[in-house]
Amino acid sequence: MTTRIPLQEGLYTWPSDSPRLIASKCTGCGEVTFPGQNSCPACTGTSTEELLLSRRGSLWTWTVQHFPPPTPPYTGERAEFAPFGVGYIELPEGIRVESRLTVNEPDRLEIGMEMELVVEHFRDDDDGNELMTFAFKPVDG
Amino acid sequence: MDIAIIGIGLHPFGRHEGTTAMEMGVHAANAAIADAGLGWNDIQLASTGSLEVLQPDAINKYMGLTGIPITNLFNGCATGGNLLLSTANAILAGSGDVGIAIGMDKHPRGAFSVGDDLAGLGLGQWYGETGLAVNPQFFSMKTRRYMHDHGITEDCLHRTAMKAFKNGSLNPHAWRRKALSYDEIAGSPMVCDPLRKYHFCSPSEGAAAMVLCRADIAQRYSSTPIFIKADVFKTRRYGSFEVMHPSVPANSAPGPTVQASQAAYEAAGVGPEDVDVAQIQDTEVGHEIMHMAENGFCGDGEQEAWIRDGATEIGGKLPINTDGGLLANGEPVGASGLRQVHEVCLQLRGGAGKRQVPGSPKIGYTHVYGFPGVSCVTVLSR
Repeated sequence: MTTRIPLQEGLYTWPSDSPRLIASKCTGCGEVTFPGQNSCPACTGTSTEELLLSRRGSLWTWTVQHFPPPTPPYTGERAEFAPFGVGYIELPEGIRVESRLTVNEPDRLEIGMEMELVVEHFRDDDDGNELMTFAFKPVDG
Repeated sequence: MDIAIIGIGLHPFGRHEGTTAMEMGVHAANAAIADAGLGWNDIQLASTGSLEVLQPDAINKYMGLTGIPITNLFNGCATGGNLLLSTANAILAGSGDVGIAIGMDKHPRGAFSVGDDLAGLGLGQWYGETGLAVNPQFFSMKTRRYMHDHGITEDCLHRTAMKAFKNGSLNPHAWRRKALSYDEIAGSPMVCDPLRKYHFCSPSEGAAAMVLCRADIAQRYSSTPIFIKADVFKTRRYGSFEVMHPSVPANSAPGPTVQASQAAYEAAGVGPEDVDVAQIQDTEVGHEIMHMAENGFCGDGEQEAWIRDGATEIGGKLPINTDGGLLANGEPVGASGLRQVHEVCLQLRGGAGKRQVPGSPKIGYTHVYGFPGVSCVTVLSR
């Protein structure tokens, strides 16, 4: 039986049926940063707390990556590379998060469309575990 | 700022099998020093910069071991602009009267790779592993949003690329010297929607060098000194949308280009309407278009009419990227900012040959932008 583990711990709540991205919020000025960090890039403060982001937001911009990214550092599929969508999703917390998208067809992507967070398989590690990463999918198909 | 450019030099940009970046740097430095009627012994300080060359200050082995201070610096694609500033600042600080800035690079083929260690860029390894550390994605995404907000069309992208390759065909030092047709550009393979192959620059090879001196002694060395009226280097403020950032605030702020540009105009005592020729960062055509507004030349959305009407062509009201820019010269990261200065100096001296801007241009402008959100702007004047 294979285990599904995040490629990177600490980016989203896991394991979970309803994962949420883990951001940080400055206790001084309230600005939100993802991934979370201990200091605030907005006000230079050094006190932040964890904030779980909403799962749904709107697609602020997008593109489709048509060529295999250079390796290193890309560890995804090269030989049978399939283009993947990338976008920024604007969430109610006043932050736009960059993410892979589950859709790679330009005809199915439009600025303003509602998107929802998912956790998807990215690749397997040498022990056969499924390494997961986060992505956003269109709410309406 | 009372600094003058008295010597300019360039190694042709492109692919030069068998020539190292250091050799290109030596070539450019020798050309600039000769242009100033000087020798290496007259140079009292230097700044050198490169992405690929670990220590470009090692150039002194080939130039002559004269004991002068040679500072290495690197600021991504803004390196060239900061090289000029660093050299000028050293002269202003009294470290010497005559200095040289040298930028050189020789990149491998293919898209830029950020390499194996994302932590060195302030990013998590996961970001690179999952395929997000790819510059073209940002450029395409920012362009797409801008087109959506301000009514820029794909036609505008194609026309901007056409201008780049047409100007490149007039530049004997450019890499790509074949003017491409609209259809060749519009039909080129998609790289990251909406940007295609011929909308993007590619990494390349080249070097450029500038000899600077105190303005009050410039006439000793040059009959056509070009004066640095402003040279500003800014990093980003919170809220701006920059290359390779996992998140940005929804409440956005102007980028470092806007900050640097406004400060440069103020320092120079001129406005965008006074600029006669400009070289601005065209990593890809969408950014040349956006940078036109960020540098104050026009309002958001006005680029569509400007470019359609030829306003940014060599004969237009504001010629932009007259040597073909990054698209036609490619991007050797350490050198490009100085290539822009080289081109402005040529234009202001009246020495740009077939691509000379008519009407005796007097005020020139250069702008670079790079990761992780830095910009350098100069205002130059004869």
